[in-house]
Amino acid sequence: MSILVNRDTKLLVQGITGHQGKYHTEQMILYGTNVVGGVTPGKGGQTVFDVPVFNTVREAKLATGANASVIYVPPKAAADSILEAADAGLDLVICITEGIPVLDMARVKHYLAGTKTKLIGPNCPGIITPGECKAGILPGYIHKPGHVGVISRSGTLTYEAVNQLSALGIGQSTAIGIGGDPIRGLGFTEVLELFEQDPDTYAVVMIGEIGGSGEEEAAEFIRKNMTKPVAAFISGQTAPKGKRMGHAGAIISGGKGTAEGKIRALRDCGVLVADTPDLIGETLKAALINAGIYNQCRTEV
Amino acid sequence: MKIHEYQAKELLKEYGAPVPEGTVCLTPEEVFNAAKALGPCVLKAQIHSGARGKAGGVKFASTAKEAEELAGKMFGMTLVTNQTGPQGRTVRRILVTDAVKVRKEYYLSVTGDMARAGLLIIGSSEGGTEIEDTAKNHPEAIIQVPVSAVEGLKYYEMLETADRMNIPMEQREQFYTLLKAMVRLYLEKDCSLVEINPLVETEEGNLLCLDAKVNFDDNALFRHPEITMLRDIAEEDEKEYRASQYDLNYVSLTGNIGCLVNGAGLAMATMDIIRKFGGYPANFLDVGGSATAEKVAAAFKILLSDPNVKAIFINIFGGIMKCDIIAEGVVAAAKETGLAVPLVVRLEGTNVEKGREILSRSGMNIVSAKDMADGAHKAVCLANGGDRE
Repeated sequence: MSILVNRDTKLLVQGITGHQGKYHTEQMILYGTNVVGGVTPGKGGQTVFDVPVFNTVREAKLATGANASVIYVPPKAAADSILEAADAGLDLVICITEGIPVLDMARVKHYLAGTKTKLIGPNCPGIITPGECKAGILPGYIHKPGHVGVISRSGTLTYEAVNQLSALGIGQSTAIGIGGDPIRGLGFTEVLELFEQDPDTYAVVMIGEIGGSGEEEAAEFIRKNMTKPVAAFISGQTAPKGKRMGHAGAIISGGKGTAEGKIRALRDCGVLVADTPDLIGETLKAALINAGIYNQCRTEV
Repeated sequence: MKIHEYQAKELLKEYGAPVPEGTVCLTPEEVFNAAKALGPCVLKAQIHSGARGKAGGVKFASTAKEAEELAGKMFGMTLVTNQTGPQGRTVRRILVTDAVKVRKEYYLSVTGDMARAGLLIIGSSEGGTEIEDTAKNHPEAIIQVPVSAVEGLKYYEMLETADRMNIPMEQREQFYTLLKAMVRLYLEKDCSLVEINPLVETEEGNLLCLDAKVNFDDNALFRHPEITMLRDIAEEDEKEYRASQYDLNYVSLTGNIGCLVNGAGLAMATMDIIRKFGGYPANFLDVGGSATAEKVAAAFKILLSDPNVKAIFINIFGGIMKCDIIAEGVVAAAKETGLAVPLVVRLEGTNVEKGREILSRSGMNIVSAKDMADGAHKAVCLANGGDRE
């Protein structure tokens, strides 16, 4: 078991003929993902690594029975691509694209509220259920199948956390990067809820950063609803105030969204928080031991 | 992207907002002529910062002669405010504007409401330079009204804003015109902030935008070439500007360890871990996911050009970013400019073997690290003049 993607996921790649789209389509196929089709307007009829290319998502869905898509479309057109995937009725859309205008995402978010489509991202590394399905740009080889869910706002910190877990012999049920943009699809709370409901996930690692209030809301959700242990890390503890640190979301303003505030909120709700990024794996291990489930979560010695 | 006050006021005026008469000047002589036309006036230093008044960047002049003298002192002056950093900003432009007799000061802004994926009007009947203290000490004096980014501003939202800000009935029509202009500007030009502080009621009973700040969403500049032209490079950190030319996220800091990282989260975490080992980062640098070897080389050269940098720590966990691209860029830049400081490299992720091979074949003197803690520790030791342990 896992959340959102598994071996039954039939994946489309929007922007499959582009540089990134092509490269990562090959990587996803090599990982074992069931990539059933690609979409690039005007390039219908071509193939990429034997995957058929269609002009529109609707056409691709009709021909392949796809239920999810991953987007590698440039920022100018990415919001439109998300809407197209939602309009075609896909269950899950994963948008990797970085640099989409905020107001475009505001419009997308409103549109999605009236549909059944779940969005991951944008500006994210995607999602992986180890051994079954990789939809995105995550390096597959660091992941091991197992029982710990990973959720992060940062792509590379997702890899860092997964790498530390795998090195400790702790596998992952599903790892998901929700993205660094201020307006995004699924947030911490929604993904935590999915992990709580997934019988195969025994514990969760959550990685946040300065800015926004998603981590504080997640802390409240954990206190009220989570029965599974959660370990966390918040990056940006030493970031100077008022300086924008790349992620549009990662800015401290008006004393809100600070690392200290988020760490305090999480600790108050019973979450073990790693002091530094090298201790994410060890902190989760401590949480597993505290909960008496360390042995069930070990995938190999 | 930020713009100057005078540019913000010109934009607001285009959208129908009431702004005082003013002229932007580059020399004391121009100030003299502008002041002569206006009579008693205010000189405002144009730098990308608020809190200019406290730093000596806003002066009243009763005559044109006085204005010229004040301008002579103000041009070339370095203003240090709580927003400029300790190095401050040099005054190159002065806005000469009407001296307005003020009866009351309000605060009014439109910004992004990320949680609701919309806009947020923020207002206060206690505007002025102390607004940040008001927000901290009397949060009840600050009102917030969410607005849909899809449907735009509605009449009842304007009414609610005006009621809660205690805008007198006589100024309601002017207030609604202003608020509509601000929201329309925000939506049409992809702003991230439209702020009027203070918005004043003059002795004649009119509303006027006495100061204005407008910021833009960098991601949307591609569809607003007319806004991109307003960029003033002189206001930006030289290294940050060079980085932006290559789509690199670079922020100058004050330490001595140059950092080159992929991903904003990992880049911030790298700063955190350097601090853990007692070191100080010289910068935040996220090379992003789609960097080419050329961009990586540019990034590396920016680090090398910083005289404070005593060691460089490259921390890469490749996903969309391939380790061999990073390695190629670093080797190319080091060959071109030479490498005078120790270099610590931690590579992991996509194409890691290829990347390590390129680095080892280059013959460069590289300290390799097995993980980010190891790398940060080594970089801190080397920056402090010690060896790697």
